[in-house]
Amino acid sequence: MKFGTFSNALKSGAIWGFILIELIFFSVAGEFLSLSDKAFMDWENMLLLLKQSAPIGIIAMGMTIVMVNGNIDLSVGATFAIAAIVLLDSLTWPIFAGLGDWVIPVAWLLALTAGTVLGALNGFIVWKTGVDAFIVTLGSMLGYRGIVFMFNGEQPTSHLNWTLVDFAEAEFLGLATASWFLLACTFVLWFLMAKTVHGRNAYAIGDNREAAVNAGIRVGPHIMINFAIIGFLAALSAVVFYSESGSVNPNDGQLYELWVITAVVLGGTKITGGAGSVIGTLGGVIAIQLLRKGLGHIGADTSTVNLVIGLILIAVLILDRQLNVKGKEELKI
Amino acid sequence: MSTLSKQKIGGILAKQGILIAFLAFMVAFTIANPKFLTPDNILSVVRSSAILGVMALGVTFVVISGNLDLSVGSMMSFSTIVVLDLHDKIGPVMAILAMFAMTLALGAVIGFLVGYLKLNSLIVTLGMLSAIHGLTLTYSGGKNMDIADKEGTWFSVFGQGTALGLPVPILIFVALAAILGLVLSKTSFGRKVYAVGGNGTAATFSGIRRARTVFLCYIISAGCVATAGLIQASRSLGSQNTVGQGLELEVLAAVILGGASLLGGSGTIFKTVIGVLILGFIQNGLLLVGLQFYVQFVVTWVIIILAVWLDIAAKRGKLWSRIA
Repeated sequence: MKFGTFSNALKSGAIWGFILIELIFFSVAGEFLSLSDKAFMDWENMLLLLKQSAPIGIIAMGMTIVMVNGNIDLSVGATFAIAAIVLLDSLTWPIFAGLGDWVIPVAWLLALTAGTVLGALNGFIVWKTGVDAFIVTLGSMLGYRGIVFMFNGEQPTSHLNWTLVDFAEAEFLGLATASWFLLACTFVLWFLMAKTVHGRNAYAIGDNREAAVNAGIRVGPHIMINFAIIGFLAALSAVVFYSESGSVNPNDGQLYELWVITAVVLGGTKITGGAGSVIGTLGGVIAIQLLRKGLGHIGADTSTVNLVIGLILIAVLILDRQLNVKGKEELKI
Repeated sequence: MSTLSKQKIGGILAKQGILIAFLAFMVAFTIANPKFLTPDNILSVVRSSAILGVMALGVTFVVISGNLDLSVGSMMSFSTIVVLDLHDKIGPVMAILAMFAMTLALGAVIGFLVGYLKLNSLIVTLGMLSAIHGLTLTYSGGKNMDIADKEGTWFSVFGQGTALGLPVPILIFVALAAILGLVLSKTSFGRKVYAVGGNGTAATFSGIRRARTVFLCYIISAGCVATAGLIQASRSLGSQNTVGQGLELEVLAAVILGGASLLGGSGTIFKTVIGVLILGFIQNGLLLVGLQFYVQFVVTWVIIILAVWLDIAAKRGKLWSRIA
């Protein structure tokens, strides 16, 4: 076995190894430190963990393909909030009053469309102006958040629809609705990236954009489609989450972009593009959620979570550098 | 001939576009509301921009050196909380010194990771954003910090005092801008910062110590953040532990508006100051015209993208990107 293959195998498996270490650590530490009698590795607890991973996880799937492209999307938190507002507000629109519960699919469709359009708008600007995705989405992060606040000021937008809540709280084969959505998104994005031409192009563009252009790939539309995908997924995440909670604050979704990017980077996606996988991202999402839950389980302050995650992110970067000494020279952002 | 003049106009627009846009805004707002261009209003805008501005000065160094700093917001929360907490425990002078030392130490950690270990600055500072936020929450125990005796301390001078007829925050901002502007444009260190950001490999081959230069940029940035934290703490004499949250992106927006390229190697302190003032005056102007507070975010979005787009378009000589 060549060293390269070994280090690659090590890296792709690293996140799952990390999850295993977390599980063992919190189980053992929980025996001594936890106030509750329940074991950390409780089945119920793990199912809840999967469900709680869903909002960040669904967006992270989209961020994976955008980052493999060599781009980044900082506006997902704001898109998330806008989609949530469209969802909850459209349920009460008078024109849909005659629909009864059929208003739900209509509201979902509207929210998902809003997210897709906002994402595509980012992609279109990146494509047509050639401005770096970091700047474009930094701008739209402010802009979209402004739209959220313009809608209802500092007031929350609320509407509880019990049919919707029942659906969101339903369980099928032991898994909550949100968990199913997370798994479905993971599968679809995995299929898209591993088995289709679009996915292959995503890696090619992230690896070497010039070469991809020369190979005849239409880079602009490709990038725009990926931004539309992440916008759609940010909206889907909002749809899944707010169907249950029924109330959105204008600040909701803030800092989501940071959590999502952290999960994706932990999952092994390169910030410079060209490498990464959806399965790794799922690992990153679970690892972060485990950490949050685990630290809570052993009685640590919530503030410790931020500290630990930040340090782990940096540690991963250092490790990656050590395993990759002869790696490609990184692109400056 | 017509294409030539078009290019010329494009060139002028690209070089001075941000100044022209700034003047256009000022004229438009003044026509819309005569109160806009009164000394009182201008002073109040500059004063409220001072904290953002001071942070933007430091980030300008980092950006010119070809890196990013997303941690300045949570670092500012940290220094504000620390100085407020220590004020009652060890007195104002020691508190300020200790706060500066701690903030500079954080800057040194980032500088070490990005400069000497050559790690990606976006992820390092993203991690530090989270880590320092956690550190602040742990330090403060999740509580807000307040100075016990708000009337009897001279500590409020940095945020509320006036000297030479001007508010002290403005004086600090102007003095710091002047000093850092000179450092960047007149010293060999300043030239090294441009060299490292413009072409790091070439800079290394010509004998510039890239790692040390980047390290010092982060130290400068941390020093500016500490100063901003000092102004913030002194202005309010009490603070939530999330006071700087989100500021990193506004700071970056100001620096980008000023025309610094995220690729590194370009930008000036003067232009960053203009960027900061544009953000401040837009916010103020939109309010005076009677628009909702939140409209400013949407306007900022449009302006950032237009500014960077026109800059790039002028450089490539074509409005639309060449991406297929």
